[in-house]
Amino acid sequence: MDALYTTLIAPFAEFAFMRRALVATMALSLSAAPLGVFLTLRRMSLLGDALSHAILPGVAVGFMLFGLSLTAMAVGGVVAGMLVAALAGVISRSTALKEDASLAAVYLVALALGVMLISQHGTQLDLLHILFGSALGVDAQGLYLVAAVSSASVLALAALYRGLVLESFDPVFLSAVSQRHGALGRRWRGAGNGVWIWQQSFLMLVVINLVAGFQTLGTLMAVGLMMLPAVSSRLWHASLPAQLANACLQAMLSSVCGLLLSYHFDTASGPTIIGCAGVLYFASLLAAPGGWLTQIFPRLHKTA
Amino acid sequence: MVTLDNLTVSYRQHPALHHVSGQFAAGSLTAVVGPNGSGKTTLLKSVMGLLPTDGGQLAVATQRARIAYLPQLSEIDRSFPLRVAECVQLGCWATHGAWGGLRTAQLARVQRALQTVGLDDFDQRPISTLSSGQLQRVLFARLLVQDAQLILLDEPFNAVDSKTTAALLSILQLWHTQQRTVIAVVHDDAQVRQYFPQTLLLAREVVAWGETAHVMTEPHLQQARAMAEAWNESAPLCDVDAPGAHAVVV
Repeated sequence: MDALYTTLIAPFAEFAFMRRALVATMALSLSAAPLGVFLTLRRMSLLGDALSHAILPGVAVGFMLFGLSLTAMAVGGVVAGMLVAALAGVISRSTALKEDASLAAVYLVALALGVMLISQHGTQLDLLHILFGSALGVDAQGLYLVAAVSSASVLALAALYRGLVLESFDPVFLSAVSQRHGALGRRWRGAGNGVWIWQQSFLMLVVINLVAGFQTLGTLMAVGLMMLPAVSSRLWHASLPAQLANACLQAMLSSVCGLLLSYHFDTASGPTIIGCAGVLYFASLLAAPGGWLTQIFPRLHKTA
Repeated sequence: MVTLDNLTVSYRQHPALHHVSGQFAAGSLTAVVGPNGSGKTTLLKSVMGLLPTDGGQLAVATQRARIAYLPQLSEIDRSFPLRVAECVQLGCWATHGAWGGLRTAQLARVQRALQTVGLDDFDQRPISTLSSGQLQRVLFARLLVQDAQLILLDEPFNAVDSKTTAALLSILQLWHTQQRTVIAVVHDDAQVRQYFPQTLLLAREVVAWGETAHVMTEPHLQQARAMAEAWNESAPLCDVDAPGAHAVVV
């Protein structure tokens, strides 16, 4: 009993930085993991990675102008991420390029810009910090940022939910029923007028979540908490609400386990959390319905 | 209900619809027929405002919310984790939007629509488990829920078995008696002759448009089949801009 307490509870009970890290990662799990599910549904699983790189020049500019100020870097990151998402959106709507191609092009330019800025004005250590973060270094101010972003993001996702589902499932239907033209038919005014607003709002949510995650987990590892639980959750359920709940739970479980493991074995917290999510992913591949185990031991079929 | 005046829509300068003029009267039930690449889908998409037009006028005399459109199957993500009932409920989008709550009346309408297409026990089935024909019936149920005045159907009977096709055709007749305007792209000539009072025979240009019996004649069909399907890169630029120059209204 005592051993259980010292292993599982004591680290959080004794150290404020562990408690802050726990709250921050819980909040991120709740807000980022559902976004990951929507990304996989839209076949944009790699978009999180692209956007996390896109954030870099903004963070770098914030750092150059105001030093190691979390607010400045966060604002810079959000602005850069949104600019990249919006520019890619404009390009894909106005040219033959698809969303993924235009985003790849824009984010690569942004990433190059970011690395250039950081290598000119920062040290190697800054770059590592921005890329990989440090969950155990979250201060009260960082915690407020994470809490505010997560709350706003969960509420916004609830408001966008139906539109996002429809836009991911059947965009032609959405643009058919939502485009406004008056009593008399008009010349076309940009494809899918009513459609892009959902996509853009959703991308903005992804950006603010990645920015909120960058101090805790780093820009790269924040993507892990968003995508890994989401991908494993899709193996378990046939309905979307269940997948969303499952993704949040897996993200939270990974966070707790990852923080404890990193405390006891003195490993970097961000990668340890994502490592735990990876273990859950493997377990899902094995045990989920239709997973490897059910393929090895097939069940008998019914008569109808 | 829908009036086309000298409408041209082209892809990379090659017209898919070339100076098309004519009218789908309110309450009419029209089949749109023609060979592959004759502009049938382009016509429906243009009426929906989904394509930029090159020239001419297109007037639709109803509110946006009262138009329903069934595209060809290929444009839907069939692996999406959605249940049949939820998919049909999306038909309430035009009236309830992104936030409106669905009350018992709407849910009952969804259930009735599923019954009409013979899928009443399917409401909790994930759509990824349906066959193509069953999914088409689900989409028809969504159309029923939409309660539209103008209904555009793009090859609605693709992959649907004969029993269901008969059921769906009777829904079309029902819509017709309710004075809704229905425009359907159809490939089965016998079906067209039997169930559609009006026909538009397209071959990029209007070959014939009017009473089905007068349109579906051997000379007209021959003329439509003779349409050159391939693009002609060396074709000269078109200088026709007189309204209705090419339309032969029967």
